[in-house]
Amino acid sequence: MSKALNSSAPTDSEVVFGILNNSENILKRVYVAYFPMVLQLIINNNGTADDAKDVYQEAIIVLYNKVKSGNFELSSKLKTFLYSVCRKLWLKRLSQMSRYGGDVKDFQDHLPVEDEADLHSERDIQFTKMEGALKQLGEPCKTIIEDFYIHDLSMQEICERFGYTNADNAKTQKYKCLQRLKKLFFQQEQRDQ
Amino acid sequence: MSDLQLTELIERYLAGDLSNEEKERFEALRKENAAVDSRITEHAHFTGLIKQYGERVELEKRLNAIHQEIDVDTLVQELTVHPTLIVRLWRNHHSKISVAASIAVFAILSTLYFTGRFNKTTASNYTALSRKIESVRRTAENAQRTNQALLNSLKPGHRVTNPGTTGGSGFALTQSGYIVTAFHVVNNADSLYVQNALGESYHAKLIYTEPTRDIAIIKIDDKEFTGLDKLPYNFKRTKLDVGEEVITLGFPRDDPYYAKGYISSATGLEGDTAAYQVSLPVYAGISGGPLLDTKGNVIGIISGKQTRTESAAFAVKSSYIFKAAQNVSTDSTQNVIALKPNKAAKSALAGLSRTQQIKKLESYVFMVKVYN
Repeated sequence: MSKALNSSAPTDSEVVFGILNNSENILKRVYVAYFPMVLQLIINNNGTADDAKDVYQEAIIVLYNKVKSGNFELSSKLKTFLYSVCRKLWLKRLSQMSRYGGDVKDFQDHLPVEDEADLHSERDIQFTKMEGALKQLGEPCKTIIEDFYIHDLSMQEICERFGYTNADNAKTQKYKCLQRLKKLFFQQEQRDQ
Repeated sequence: MSDLQLTELIERYLAGDLSNEEKERFEALRKENAAVDSRITEHAHFTGLIKQYGERVELEKRLNAIHQEIDVDTLVQELTVHPTLIVRLWRNHHSKISVAASIAVFAILSTLYFTGRFNKTTASNYTALSRKIESVRRTAENAQRTNQALLNSLKPGHRVTNPGTTGGSGFALTQSGYIVTAFHVVNNADSLYVQNALGESYHAKLIYTEPTRDIAIIKIDDKEFTGLDKLPYNFKRTKLDVGEEVITLGFPRDDPYYAKGYISSATGLEGDTAAYQVSLPVYAGISGGPLLDTKGNVIGIISGKQTRTESAAFAVKSSYIFKAAQNVSTDSTQNVIALKPNKAAKSALAGLSRTQQIKKLESYVFMVKVYN
């Protein structure tokens, strides 16, 4: 099995450069190459294929962010890194679901990856809050915020899309939306605490 | 400056849209006003988070798209570690299996308990060789013997025709009519008769028992009994070595039965030091018979055999006969059994051929008939 995987897998440095250059092809190849390994880990340790997908995508995101942030060093094999992150994340989920039987059945070598996993879950919490806040924000605020802050549209473009008569109105509207979003976001934070 | 304006300024500042002049003024403001400075940091962080969130959503979309192309089901099939049949059976049915196993264990234990397997006695392994005389045979013989009784009543030493409930063998200790036999032969006896090879029966009474050693001593008390000739055999006190040839004579049936064998162990069942193990073909009814060496010395009393093994008999060692005889003499003034190991004198049997030995022995070995 592993032989077949390796033949189609991009080399580790290919992956790093591919992610840095936003190469869709490399992302796809690395994703396809290592998914079976993680699927094997999860389904043989009380998980489903969907669990495997979630965990694996999280691990890919961890890798992606690490490479993008520029502090990814190829100290170990990429494969081992991904496996270790997935393993760590899955252990965490198992204990949350109290399905954890004490130990996981391993299929690969693995490393301790506490930092990556912790950092990732911390950011995940922030993103979940942001998602919730945006949902509550409602239209047209949500689209204005997304267009301006995510898709980097100019105020001029936004004016046109929403039919505002002048840019000032649009700016005021965007300002109010942002204030409300902050309020919603931090409200959630308080509620969680 | 309104909050709206400040926010706009911050955004433009962060985006690098300010003119040099504006930028200088703003940076000066930032330096002297800590509130403005923290507003900038906070704004940068929050908008950064929005941006990152957007990127994350985007990335997840891309990953989902890639995931769509993977044939997950086939992979699941391939990669599931299939445990062996036994493991699967165990996983699916372990509670049932456990219950069944405990019931089975319980059943076995209770069966063993009720069949007496846990009683530590060696009874199952050991058969006392006293003879149970079957009622069928008795009735058949009774008919035949009634006729004989008429004939034999004329002869001295009248014959008792009833063969008794159980029977065994015994042999003379003294000329005066003391006979040693196995305890289990005479146990629970209401009345005792001894019968010699000629078919002459005499009434006997129980003198002494030693259940632990399976020894009993009885005495002929019959008017017809006139005593025996000098005993042809000696009693040997010392132990015999393993491998020495031995013979026995007893009454598994109405005629004397002879068997030859050898000492196969210096201890009896489960290491019983009071007994020998003897390799001899034995039958029920031979219990209490003498075990002699080839020179005509009594070395033991046949007491039983091992159930599961052919021709593995046990014999109580002759030293216990001496002890029993001594006990009888000290217990009562009436009964005196002087049993001396006669080392010097050769027994009368020594040097005779086997057939002659047996002929001589016959008169001193008795069938013990027990009525109860």
